[in-house]
Amino acid sequence: MPRHPGSRPLKNSTNSIFSSPSRRRAFRGRLDRRISPYLFVAPFFIVFVVTGLFPIGYTAYVSLHHWELLGGQGDYVGLGNFAVILHQRTFWIALRNTLSIFLLSSVPQIVIALFLASMLHANLRARTFWRMGVLVPYVLAPVAVSLIFGRVFADQSGLANALLQRVGLGPIAWHAGPLAGHIAIASMVAFRWIGYNTLILLAAMQAVPRDLYEAAVIDGANRWRQFWSVSLPMLRPTLVFVILTSTIGGLQIFDEPRLFGDNQAGARGGGSNQFMTLTMYLQYLGWGDLRNGFGRASAVAWLLFMLIVLIAAVNLLLIRRMGGGSAASHRLSRTARTATRQDGR
Amino acid sequence: MTSLPMIAQTAGKGAARAEARRRARLGSGRRPTWRTYTVLTLTLVASVLPLYYTFLIASTDMPHLNRDSVPSLIPQGEFLTNLRRVLDSEQVDFSLALRNSLVIAVITSVSVVFFATLAGYSFSQFSFRGRRTLLGFIVATMAVPTQLGVVPLFMLATELGWQNKIVSVIVPGLVTAFGVFWMTQYLDSALPRELVEAARVDGCSMLRTFWSVAWPAARPAAAMLALFTFIGSWTNFFWPFIVLGSGNPTLPVAVALVKTSLTTDYPLLLAGVALTTAPLLLLFVVTGRQLVTGIMQGALKG
Repeated sequence: MPRHPGSRPLKNSTNSIFSSPSRRRAFRGRLDRRISPYLFVAPFFIVFVVTGLFPIGYTAYVSLHHWELLGGQGDYVGLGNFAVILHQRTFWIALRNTLSIFLLSSVPQIVIALFLASMLHANLRARTFWRMGVLVPYVLAPVAVSLIFGRVFADQSGLANALLQRVGLGPIAWHAGPLAGHIAIASMVAFRWIGYNTLILLAAMQAVPRDLYEAAVIDGANRWRQFWSVSLPMLRPTLVFVILTSTIGGLQIFDEPRLFGDNQAGARGGGSNQFMTLTMYLQYLGWGDLRNGFGRASAVAWLLFMLIVLIAAVNLLLIRRMGGGSAASHRLSRTARTATRQDGR
Repeated sequence: MTSLPMIAQTAGKGAARAEARRRARLGSGRRPTWRTYTVLTLTLVASVLPLYYTFLIASTDMPHLNRDSVPSLIPQGEFLTNLRRVLDSEQVDFSLALRNSLVIAVITSVSVVFFATLAGYSFSQFSFRGRRTLLGFIVATMAVPTQLGVVPLFMLATELGWQNKIVSVIVPGLVTAFGVFWMTQYLDSALPRELVEAARVDGCSMLRTFWSVAWPAARPAAAMLALFTFIGSWTNFFWPFIVLGSGNPTLPVAVALVKTSLTTDYPLLLAGVALTTAPLLLLFVVTGRQLVTGIMQGALKG
C-alpha cells in the first residue's frame, strides 16, 4: 500500500481500529486535501496560459523578427523593429494623440465623478434610482457612443455646430485640427466612464467613518473644508485605484477614434493622423500596411505596454508624494484624530 | 464590522436584510437639498439624452435631417422602417450579428464564472504552496492590455482556420484574471473557513464541499460576474473587428461596417445603434440594481 511521505508510521498495525480500509480512507482524505487546491485552480491556469500568457510572450518573439501578414516569419532583426518605429513620425504623432486624449478625458472624468459621488452621498429618496441613472452610459457600447457623438460632432449639419451657430458662434471643424477632435473623442470616453467611477468613489465615501465628519464639524469645518480635509484623504486608496484603471484603459483607446474619421481616412485617424492613437497605429501597421506589419505591430504593442507601466508608476509616485506626511492628514484636527483612534482604525 | 454576506451565511438571509436596513438607517450621508436633486436630475437627463437622440435620428429620414440638424424633440414615424432597413441590409447581416453577439456573450459569461469560481474557492479557502505567488501574478496580469496579445492570437486563429468564425472570439474570452480576483475577494469575506472545515470534518470530499457549501455562498457574486462579463463581451470591439469580417460580424462590428460603407445615411446608422443598444438596455432595466451593488462592493474590496 502506498504511504504518504508525511504520514506517521503506525506501530500497532494489528490493532483492529486501524484496519486497512479506514487507513486507506484517511490517506485518501489527506491526498484530497493536499492536491485539491491545485486541481481547483488548474483549469483556470491551463486556459489562461494558452489564451492569455502565451500570446503575450509570443508578441515579444514576433517583435524581434521580420514578420508579415501574408509572408509569415522572416529574419531575426533584433531590436530593428523598435528602431524603425521610433524613427517614424507617425509613431510620435500617435503618442501625442494618445496622451492628449487620455488627459482630456480622465482629468474631467475623475473631477466630475468626485463631484457626482458627493452629490449621491446623501440620504436621498429613491437612492437606487439615482445611482442607476448615472450608470446608464456604461451599458452603451463604445462603438455606439462613438456613432451617436459622431452625429453630434459632425462638421456639417452636426448638432454641436448647429447649436453653436444658434448662439452666434462659428462652427468648429471637429475633424480638421487635432485639439477639437481630441476634445470630441475625450468627451465620448468620459461620457461612458463617469458614472462607473462615480459609484466606486461613492462606495468609498460611504465607508468613511461618520465620527470623522462629526469631529470636523465640532472643529468648525465647513462643507468644503470637510471635503478637502476628511473625504479626500480617506478616499486616497480608492482614488489611486480609479486613476490607475483609467490610465490603463485610457491609454489603450481605440473604438472611439477609429470610428471618428471618415471612411477612407478613418483607419489612419484622419488625413494627417490627427486622431490616430497608439492602438490604432498598431492595428494599422498589422493589418493595413503590409510591409513587415506584424513585426512592427508587435513592437508597438510592447511600447504601449511600457508606456502604461511608466505612467502608472508616475501616478503612484505623485500620489504618494502628495499624500504621505504633508497636507491632508496633518490638517485633520486633534479631535478627529482622537475619534479615529477610538474607532480602532 | 462583520460583512453582510458573512451574516447571510451564518445568521440567515433575513438577518442580513435587517442588518442592511439598520446600517442604511444610520446613514452616512448628509440631508439632501433641492440643489442635490437638481444636479442629479440634470445628470440623469445627460445620461439618457444621447439615447433619446439616437431614437430621434433613427425615426427620421434623410430629407428631414438635411433640412434641420437639430431634430425636433417629437420623434417622426420612420423608426420601424429604418429598423427593417437595417435588418434587411445587403452589406451586413444584422440578424446574424445579433445571434453571434448573444452566443459569444452567453458562452463567455458562463465559462468565466465557472473557471473563476473554482479558482476563487481554492484561493480563498486553502493555504497551499505557491498560493500568494499565483494570486499576485493574476492581479499583475490585470494591468496588461489586450493589445499585447492580438498579433499572435490572429496568427493562431489563421493557423486553426478560425478566421471569420466566432470561436476565435469565444476562446480568448473563456477566462479572465479579473474574474478570479473578484471571486477570491468575495469568497474570502462571504464564506467562513470554519464552514468549509466543518463540511470536511463531516467527511465531505473537496468536490462535494465545493458543490454543497462554496457554490451556494458564491452565487450572488457569480451572478454579478456573469453580468459584467456579458456587458464586456457585448460591447467588445477591438479583437472581433480584427478577426471577424463582414461575413460573420458581432453587433458592434456590424454597426462599424455600416458606418465605414455608407456614412451619410444617419437614420439607418442610428437604427443599427439602437438595435445594438436595446438588448443591453433591457438587461440594465432588469439588473441595474445588481450592477450598482456589484460596482460598489467591488470598489470596497478591490
